[in-house]
Amino acid sequence: MSFKLVVLLVIVLGTLAIAQLIRLYEHSYKLRGRREEDIPNRDNKLNANALLVFGIALFAFFIWLMAKYGYTSRGEAASLHGENVDWLFDINFIIIFAVFFLTNGVLFWFSFKYVRKPGVKAFFFTHSNKLELIWTVIPAIVLAFIIIMGLKSWNDIMAPSENQAINVEIFSEQYKWTARYPGSDNKLGGFDYKATTGNNPLAIITTATLDTAIKYMEFGTDDGSVLGMSLLEEKLNNPKNMFIPKDRLKMEKELDSKSRLVRLLHQMRARHDSNKDVNAYDDVLETDTLHLIVDRDYEFTFRAKDVIHSAYMPHFRLQMNTVPGMVTRFKMRPTITTEEIRKRRNNPTFNYIILCNKVCGSAHYKMKMIVVVETQAQFDKWMSTKKNFGTTFLTKAEAAAPAEGVVSDLQVAVN
Amino acid sequence: MAALTHDTNGHHEAHAHEDEGFVSKYIFSYDHKMISKQYLITAIFMGIVAMMLSILFRIQLAWPGESSDFLSMFLGERWAPGGIMKENMYLGLVTIHGTIMVFFLLTGGLSGIFSNLLIPFQIGARDMASGFMNMLSYWLFFISSIIMLTSLFIETGPAMGGWTIYPPLSALPQAIEGSGLGMILWLSSMAIFIASSLMGSLNYIVTVLNLRTKGMTMSRMPLTVWAFFITAIIGVLSFPVLLSAVLLLTMDRVLGTSFYLSDIIINGEMLENHGGSPVLYQHLFWFLGHPEVYIVLLPALGLSSEVISTNSRKPIFGYRAMIGSLIAIGFLSFIVWAHHMFVTGMNPFLGSVFVFTTLLITIPSAVKVFNYLTTLWKGSLIFTPAMLFAVGLVSSFITGGVTGIILADSALDIMVHDTYFVVAHFHVVMGLSAVFGMFAGVYHWFPRMYGRMLNTRLGYLHFWMTIIGAYGVFFPMHFVGIAGAPRRYYDNSVFNEFDTVAHDMIFDLNVIITYFAIFAAIGQGVFLFNFFYSVFRGPKSVQNPWKSNTLEWTSPVEPIHGNWHGELPTVHRWPYDYSKPGAEDDFIPQNVPLKDGEEEH
Ligand code: HEM
Ligand SMILES: [Cu+2]
Ligand SMILES: [Cu+2]
Repeated sequence: MSFKLVVLLVIVLGTLAIAQLIRLYEHSYKLRGRREEDIPNRDNKLNANALLVFGIALFAFFIWLMAKYGYTSRGEAASLHGENVDWLFDINFIIIFAVFFLTNGVLFWFSFKYVRKPGVKAFFFTHSNKLELIWTVIPAIVLAFIIIMGLKSWNDIMAPSENQAINVEIFSEQYKWTARYPGSDNKLGGFDYKATTGNNPLAIITTATLDTAIKYMEFGTDDGSVLGMSLLEEKLNNPKNMFIPKDRLKMEKELDSKSRLVRLLHQMRARHDSNKDVNAYDDVLETDTLHLIVDRDYEFTFRAKDVIHSAYMPHFRLQMNTVPGMVTRFKMRPTITTEEIRKRRNNPTFNYIILCNKVCGSAHYKMKMIVVVETQAQFDKWMSTKKNFGTTFLTKAEAAAPAEGVVSDLQVAVN
Repeated sequence: MAALTHDTNGHHEAHAHEDEGFVSKYIFSYDHKMISKQYLITAIFMGIVAMMLSILFRIQLAWPGESSDFLSMFLGERWAPGGIMKENMYLGLVTIHGTIMVFFLLTGGLSGIFSNLLIPFQIGARDMASGFMNMLSYWLFFISSIIMLTSLFIETGPAMGGWTIYPPLSALPQAIEGSGLGMILWLSSMAIFIASSLMGSLNYIVTVLNLRTKGMTMSRMPLTVWAFFITAIIGVLSFPVLLSAVLLLTMDRVLGTSFYLSDIIINGEMLENHGGSPVLYQHLFWFLGHPEVYIVLLPALGLSSEVISTNSRKPIFGYRAMIGSLIAIGFLSFIVWAHHMFVTGMNPFLGSVFVFTTLLITIPSAVKVFNYLTTLWKGSLIFTPAMLFAVGLVSSFITGGVTGIILADSALDIMVHDTYFVVAHFHVVMGLSAVFGMFAGVYHWFPRMYGRMLNTRLGYLHFWMTIIGAYGVFFPMHFVGIAGAPRRYYDNSVFNEFDTVAHDMIFDLNVIITYFAIFAAIGQGVFLFNFFYSVFRGPKSVQNPWKSNTLEWTSPVEPIHGNWHGELPTVHRWPYDYSKPGAEDDFIPQNVPLKDGEEEH
């Protein structure tokens, strides 16, 4: 880079030198009595011509970019609604190209053509109702077309899913994605953020997860890295302990916060219908790759744990923010398998992707998940290697209990 | 110093000869011309800072991971250890760049400079309605600029959530270090900025309504003044909403309220906040945010209307339609804000409504473009640097406007929202159009500000470097966006892990963009040189260098308090009598009475 710095400096100094030269030139010019505001015809023509040339160069640049890069990475859409979006995109692009070329063309042409010529006076033309009406009405008609086509697509894309759509939840946190499949019942278990523990990162609610969460609030982790309410209280009450006021305040706040949260958890536990546990236990969690079956409808729901993220799947023309405290949704049917698209794009390492598209912190740019679209058989084969949530959670909890309790780095807010 | 009284027919020579102290003349001045210059210098300074920040992060984007002396020189070991920029600093730079450019250069700058300079001049008033408030407005702007700049130098870095500072990221210091002290400074700076902007706007509105000289009816006002007037109204109605958004965010941060926060676990901490909505913030923010983009653009359009008409030696075409579209744009700009939120999980039906209103706004915009084109038609064009910039404005307004149509179509926005396509769109309309308008204004009214002329040749060089550089930066950027590259990515190398073709394309373009950016930045050096040289050494200006019709050119070249010796000029005609048939000159200033039998256009 130091080379680049040198280049940069050379350019800067060069410009300054040129500026100085122009200064000198100007001074000699001034001796001949020209005033700064009198633009000589030569300069005027030169700029008018330059504008025309610039306009042409601009168009050429644009056409070159469009030809070389217009479709390179975007490629064809790999989802059903995406095909529709692409079609709409193309139509809109044609319209805006036309407008862009026409109006910019006229602009540069007029600039060139109507440059001041000695003896030619400008035409005094103040208004024309007819002209103005024309260019209000024509854009209005074109826009009406754009609006109608656009809203039709939008309504289709946003309409509720068909019943047989597979429910998949996409969960986001700094800086990773987790997918949750519904199991054979196609029902995702309920969730509440307060149920989050180390074994239950997605805060799924079942009788056991609530018990664990309560226990965790009350007794913390056994290695003492996170204190439960009882230990906190003991510490605070122990007359032998001396704390600096700041630490004491912090612990008191933590205790307060935990006691309020645990009360809510107890209420939730008391109201919990354990018949619903089955919905949750057969869910399957996956953090590495999102597997999808080609030509099946999906109903994605999105959640966020900490800040806003955005699930951006450019190849499927899908994007939806994930918002803390809210569930968002998007439906989608993938139409091209990963294998197939690699062939079509002639790119054997290509993969579909979920990118995070809402700034969410320092590693925002690395927050992504590979998406694989495959056949039903391939999917089933993959799925058969996965353990469901019930198995992982219950066995871990049991194996660990009672000695270790719930292992977690979770810590309750001071706030 | 004596406050001016503003009776329109009073005699004010006394003020002109008043001896003023240095402080009241140059620092706490009440004089609109001086305040305008203060804004100009501050805005230029802020603009340079923001431009330098952008060069820093452009280097990171084009050559990620490469050690750079340039980066370590500016960022030091703290933020660029070994010459490699830190992730968080990248976000900080982007955030402060955006904030400064939008608010401090284009909002504070454009309105501050030109509303201040031109409103009293062009309506024939001795000064603003309240010189004191005007001074206060500038100094609040100054303080807020200082605070914003300070935030670049603190230990935990400046705000890092992007210029839109969406919570929860901006509300939780645990989420990113810039959301600590940096965000506090950002919020305080913006609160002060808003106060400044409100004082300014109220002043502009009152001045336009009350202090017009005899004969200056609303329908004889230059389009510049109309544009500033509408802009000020938009500002008064929308900035308070930003203030409330900022206040609620501050309360969430400091008092533990839950306006924007709900069900959050951050860094392992479970927060108790429940029931708030981050989307509420976005509604409040964009309720200002969208009108804001027109607060930025309308003054630029106003300035270029004047410049184009003068230098075409032709009346502006469709004067009334131009006013009509200004008003329509001003009104519509309040009901389109949610087009920034199509994919936030907002109700899709609501989305449809905003698609409709957003696309409506393109109609008055199109009318303005066509009217500019017709103004050029059969004109006698004189390409002063100001005129070139005005033509550049029209070109980029078209280019940026048409991509707005894609973005306004919610179904299409799904695929390009928050990508570089959006970045390209708004830079073409703000970074090109609005900035071009500003330059047009500076070149055109420099003689009125400093009594001297800018160098024309250097102006040409500046224009050509700027337009080539700026289009060179933002044209390719659309294609980076269409390729699916999200904005605010520190490093696009991640594309290599799933699509090498896209990766190569993005990097090809990013390198091109960075070179053009450096080129354009150097072009601004030419301007700075020209500007500061001419302030002191430029040739003296004549009374009316551009042979223009508006009243400011009837005021003495040497700026005086109260703007006119003796009586205020009386207005007899609209400001666009250029090349009127039957007249000797190709311009007739507004204070020239109608001849016998002459019709007002
Ligand atoms: C023809 C009129 C225009 C239309 C239809 C339009 C439409 C849009 C839409 C729909 C978006 C949201 C894109 C997204 O985030 O996905 C957007 C973004 C934006 N537009 Fe425009 N726009 C127009 C003109 C302008 C003008 C004149 C300006 C400024 C002078 C402007 C400045 C911006 C800015 C700053 C953003 C992005 C803010 C951000 O996300 O950081 N637009 N525009
Ligand atoms: Cu993220
Ligand atoms: Cu907007």
